Amino acid sequence: MEFESVIGLEIHAQLKTKTKIFCGCSTKFGAPPNTHTCPVCLGMPGVLPVLNKKVVEYSLRMALATNCKINRQSRFARKNYFYPDLPKGYQISQYELPIAENGHVDIEINSHKKRIGITRIHMEEDAGKLTHNPDRPLSMVDFNRTGVPLIEIVSEPDLRSPEEAGAYLRQLRSIVRYLSICDGNMEEGSFRCDANVSIRPIGSETFGTRAELKNLNSFKHVEKALQYEITRQKEILSDGGEVIQETRLWSPDKNRTTSMRSKEEAHDYRYFPDPDLLPLVIDDTWINNVKKSLPELPDERKIRFINKFFLSSNDAEALTSSRELAEYFEECVKQFPNPKQVCNWVMGELLGLLNAEEKTINESPVSTGDLAGLLKLIDKGVISGKIAKTVFEEMAKTGRAPEKIVKEKQLVQVTDVSAIEEVVSKILSNNPKEVEAYKNGKTKLMGFFVGQVMKETRGKANPKIVNEVLKKRLIN
Amino acid sequence: MKITKDEVIHVANLARLDLDEDSIDLLAGQIGKILEYVDTLNRVDTEGVPSTSYAIFLNNAFREDSVKESLDRDKALANAPEKEDGNFVVPKVINS
Repeated sequence: MEFESVIGLEIHAQLKTKTKIFCGCSTKFGAPPNTHTCPVCLGMPGVLPVLNKKVVEYSLRMALATNCKINRQSRFARKNYFYPDLPKGYQISQYELPIAENGHVDIEINSHKKRIGITRIHMEEDAGKLTHNPDRPLSMVDFNRTGVPLIEIVSEPDLRSPEEAGAYLRQLRSIVRYLSICDGNMEEGSFRCDANVSIRPIGSETFGTRAELKNLNSFKHVEKALQYEITRQKEILSDGGEVIQETRLWSPDKNRTTSMRSKEEAHDYRYFPDPDLLPLVIDDTWINNVKKSLPELPDERKIRFINKFFLSSNDAEALTSSRELAEYFEECVKQFPNPKQVCNWVMGELLGLLNAEEKTINESPVSTGDLAGLLKLIDKGVISGKIAKTVFEEMAKTGRAPEKIVKEKQLVQVTDVSAIEEVVSKILSNNPKEVEAYKNGKTKLMGFFVGQVMKETRGKANPKIVNEVLKKRLIN
Repeated sequence: MKITKDEVIHVANLARLDLDEDSIDLLAGQIGKILEYVDTLNRVDTEGVPSTSYAIFLNNAFREDSVKESLDRDKALANAPEKEDGNFVVPKVINS
């Protein structure tokens, strides 16, 4: 039997506010344990949580950017369960009446567009951090993260493959980063993902029994874990077995998911409206103000890049995947208005360099002005494209301007025909056999002669002139 | 009976309460009476009255996003039965 997979994602994005969702404690990462706590986030009796207005504003940005309907009235609820990372014995979240519902985003895979529904977006507080002692039977609890604002974005079960899930996740990450509401770092946990996955015979309308996957803390893990889980479920069904509804944990070092049965019972969360928090009412003025403040989003920018700069869809998508990268590109194009060439250099040399050095575009040792400067040097024929790569490496290493490097290292291209002719003469007289062979029809040897000339001039000879001179001399 | 013994056991378990057989019977009876009492409300005609979760007519209480000083850590940990290196210490839990 042929199966198809049905996947829905629950994404938690930590909002980049300065303070927690219900108290004034700092959200700064990396502070010594329990130094960002207060009676409110420690869950002391008698305290009153008060909602951070910025959290609502950031949530509205996300809701609008993902085409959601905003609930004019929404409210907070208590989700009750016991776990040591949760000091109050409940998490303040939203249940009925979340801030936003019924949205969508578009993803693209192999030039095929697909719309993925968003069921809801709700606000909630993060839990603390547990560290398990490897030698002793105890766990350490740090409540610094307790109360850091999160939005949970729940997708419809519209995803049909691990690739689609990956594309959707990347799209959402790109959006939260464009909106400057979350830094989208999966490894550090500011952007997290759980997946619901089931399979069903192709053509079937009903859903199969699903498993919930947790601990998917990188893009690679999400796709691998889903792939593993789909295969596991297919094997069970093909053997006549039944998939059990359960939570499963992805173990990246073992490359498999394992059951987390113990959590089953805790699913009775007994939600009820939190009496400490007033209903949240959002009016048109507020929505319109947030709407006006929205930046150009990745999809809009991608379309603009295709139309304005005549880039391919793939190039435009890659360049607009991060706001900073897109801005770097546009800044370069302003100074050197040849988008295609700028695109090639940004996607090739620059991203290659940044990946190798594990740097972000903001930490690029090569400024937009210097990259544009380098491209101008090629354009004016001062250096060849090949030499430019050497200059680029030097720029990356030293952060110096290309013009200076070219001058100092004497890399200026040789365009003087008589100087090139001289070198050509030398090469031809040093290689009489090859010259003979060429004249007897082995024209492929042209590449060999060009290579020799370039070697002799340490890459500085203008390749076009070298070719012309060689052709002229070899024909005669 | 408004509530069964099994439901009492389930709820007690969720609240981490360890009940003996006698208390379960006793509580089932008492909770049942409370639920019956609350049912009195069902006799009120609520036709046309919107549902509400709040007893006061206020909306939107906000704070601005500005950092306030946190609690001194020694104070935060003062009531902890066990602490170590600035952490609260609890019996080991892994996904349980």
